[in-house]
Amino acid sequence: MSLSDGQLATLPHRALAQGAARSRRVFTRTVLLARLRRVGWTVASLSLFIGGWEASWALGVLDPLIMPPPHIFLAEIANQGQFFSSTVGESSSGSNFSAVQAMLSSAGRVLAGLFIGFVTSLVVGLAISLSGITRNLALPTITLLAPISPIAWLPVAVLFFGIGNAPAIFTVFLGVFFIMTLATISAVEQVGATYVNVARTLGATRSQEVRHVIIPAVMPQVFVVLRINLFAAWMVVLIAEAIGVGTGLGQLIIAARNTFNADLAFLAMTLIGITGYLLDVVLRQMQRRLFPWQPGMQASAA
Amino acid sequence: MSGEAKEIRCAGVAKTWAAETPRAHKALRDVDLEVGAQEFVVLIGPSGCGKSTLLTVIAGLEAPTAGAVYCGEETVTGPGPDRSFVFQEAALFPWATVADNVAFGLRLRGQNKAQRRGRAQELLERVGLQEAAAKRPAELSGGMRQRAALARAMAVEPDVLLMDEPFAALDVQTRARMQQYLLDTWRATAATTLFVTHHIDEAIALADRIVVMTARPGRIKATVPVELERPRDPRDPAHHELQDHLVDLLRDEVDKAFVQQEGAAR
Repeated sequence: MSLSDGQLATLPHRALAQGAARSRRVFTRTVLLARLRRVGWTVASLSLFIGGWEASWALGVLDPLIMPPPHIFLAEIANQGQFFSSTVGESSSGSNFSAVQAMLSSAGRVLAGLFIGFVTSLVVGLAISLSGITRNLALPTITLLAPISPIAWLPVAVLFFGIGNAPAIFTVFLGVFFIMTLATISAVEQVGATYVNVARTLGATRSQEVRHVIIPAVMPQVFVVLRINLFAAWMVVLIAEAIGVGTGLGQLIIAARNTFNADLAFLAMTLIGITGYLLDVVLRQMQRRLFPWQPGMQASAA
Repeated sequence: MSGEAKEIRCAGVAKTWAAETPRAHKALRDVDLEVGAQEFVVLIGPSGCGKSTLLTVIAGLEAPTAGAVYCGEETVTGPGPDRSFVFQEAALFPWATVADNVAFGLRLRGQNKAQRRGRAQELLERVGLQEAAAKRPAELSGGMRQRAALARAMAVEPDVLLMDEPFAALDVQTRARMQQYLLDTWRATAATTLFVTHHIDEAIALADRIVVMTARPGRIKATVPVELERPRDPRDPAHHELQDHLVDLLRDEVDKAFVQQEGAAR
């Protein structure tokens, strides 16, 4: 043992740092390769699907009036502009622009509903978890209201809020509120007793315990539930738009149905798919930024 | 309450879990224990004998079924930063950086960011973690985490430090270094320390006085002073004598605890 105590202490640090740098490089390369492979398969899968569709059309198997292939309904976007807005005669803005606008307004409604739902269910879930009276008074009602489909609330929402953004946002909110409240309650139950005890032995009051331990501990879990429910919320907003709002992507589907316009139907479906996918990407990024300590975050977000 | 090293006194402490139910079982019975100001006492006993329970009662996390605990002049009625606690699992908050974890108790007291950062850095240096301040707990090894937990417990300048098998999950080499860090910290702050372990070697390495507990329901069986110079050499013959003595004291209790556990499993 010729090493002094100080050297002994710094040695492992340096070795650790070098090891970490090397493994990070290897990690980056592996991740990059995996990502490339995934992109490759995605392209192949889409090509097969679209290629088959286009081929059936070229061979005359599919009637373009009922099942128009992508190159036809995508090219039609310029002529469909009139349907993108409920306001008659608004065509000067250009149809590409209105397509983007329809996507943005639908996405905006979903995000607004999810955000309000996240905050409200966190507050209500915590109140139920932390106070016996609140639990006894609120939980039975919430459990009974939870199975009612948010779509069933639509007539009430329209009667209450009228036509516009509000009923759509409200329906999305209802779609996630109950399940996320229940998720919050179960997340609070799972907070490690030791975390709370650590805070208590360091002098935390009850409210500090909630603010500094319980809320940060449950937030990531509740956010995961939010992400899982994104697609449900996305479907709900389309129905709400189709029935009660009169603008957005949901409205396009109804317009297509009313005018027997297959081009428009497929165009709307494409936009709905793209927007839904982008929303998922947005939430995934948010999750990664907001809760970087969650295990498996890097792997699942790659 | 800022690091004056108070003495701890347990008078007739008993703890029964699930009292007044059919599943009631006694964890502690008639525990009389005194830990002097600035003293380092190690509590050993067979597993399940209630040593951890005694520690949580002293911390105020659990109320005793009978008897009372005093910290200095005051009766213990609940947890507080005058008696900080290091748990078996480090239990660092995964969402906070190591520095924020260490400064957690200071944040609860409303200290501002600059004050907290300075103090956290100081404490991390003492346990050799200055490089890790900005990392998250998941990036640390088990020994580093437990050192950060020790720094967090010391940040509030406790009068008493309670430690519940904090090094149990660490390998032998890491454990020896951790014991050194702990003794350095104890010497620097002179907080009264009560340390629970079931390792006889660890007890001898650390304690001014070793308190041996019986099998469940736990009582104090014997008190063994350790009058060896620190740092202690495990090859010292006096060390061996002490070890043999403690093994003898524990043997019956370990057998009893074993029979209890087998019985419970049947």
